Amino acid sequence: MALPDLSPAHGATLPYPAGLRHQLFQYVVQLADTSLILAHRLSEWCGHGPILEQDLALANIALDLLGEARSYYQYAAELEGQGRTEDDLAYLRTAVEYRNPLLVEQPNGDFAHTVLRQFLFDVFHYELLSCLKAGPDERLAAIAEKALKEAAYHRKWSAEWVIRFGDGTVESRQRLEKALRTLWRYAAELTAPTELELGLQAAGLVPDYAAVQAQAAAYVAHVFGEATLPVPTGAFAQPGGKLGRHSEHLGYLLAELQYVQRTYPGLTW
Amino acid sequence: MTNSEWPLWEVFIRSKQGLDHKHVGSLHAADAAMAVQNARDVYTRRLEGVSIWVVESRHIHASNPDEATEFFDPAADKVYRHPTFYDVPDSIKHM
Repeated sequence: MALPDLSPAHGATLPYPAGLRHQLFQYVVQLADTSLILAHRLSEWCGHGPILEQDLALANIALDLLGEARSYYQYAAELEGQGRTEDDLAYLRTAVEYRNPLLVEQPNGDFAHTVLRQFLFDVFHYELLSCLKAGPDERLAAIAEKALKEAAYHRKWSAEWVIRFGDGTVESRQRLEKALRTLWRYAAELTAPTELELGLQAAGLVPDYAAVQAQAAAYVAHVFGEATLPVPTGAFAQPGGKLGRHSEHLGYLLAELQYVQRTYPGLTW
Repeated sequence: MTNSEWPLWEVFIRSKQGLDHKHVGSLHAADAAMAVQNARDVYTRRLEGVSIWVVESRHIHASNPDEATEFFDPAADKVYRHPTFYDVPDSIKHM
């Protein structure tokens, strides 16, 4: 990640007591992991998009998310204060240390599958960033303010494709329905608070997920309505990613993502 | 669905407020909304613009290159059509 450091200037000491600070560190890493893993998945499309224009759109979204992940990792490294850098956090942790929800590590599948995965994430991401932007942590608020503009476009992009697939041809509809059958079980984890998140919610640092979930559900219902797609009613949900219990897919993803730093430790270019 | 089934669109970008939209290239899209989004993703990645126009290429009617001689050459020797051909008297202000 040899890009210029865009993190804002900040004080040498952070205001949080040690316990809360460690919790916030863990949460910021979770945000970073989520954006990084989804960015990597999208980057796998590069050169394989269904048309040139969408190939670029996918790469653009991937780069937005990668930039957001960097901002979080930089902040997390400062919160931790143990000398680890953003690169250490991204490249030198194992799969069980990753805290991204399961949704974002799911394989790309076909374009409809990628679009639906993106849509379910974008809807949540947009609402989460809206809350973080207004939250008490200045650094998270600043990152969220920048990322929110990007997320608004991502949501527009994926929503339009969901509508096109759902209200399109017989084949496009079938592909979207197939993706929905696979991916819907992972959506609930996004807004199901873990113990860590509950603690940070009590401290006012993490937004109330019930409100985020309500907003996200209303948007999903609106877009699915346009797409003539019934919102699934099945309650089966598969959580685990935010606790480090991942699907087998994450290991393969990290093997590729981390290969260079694992093979040539400290390599820069 | 292949590229060939989606019509071609011409893309015009305004780089700054107050400037004209300029033709920057073309792309494929199923409809106007997709064309605008595709244009955003393909042609404004490096802060090129503040506004996008798209026009389906079939709506653009062009002059025939074979007629370039009779279309354009007659203007070549009519320099008096340029305002700079004339000397403006000093007494004329605000020109």
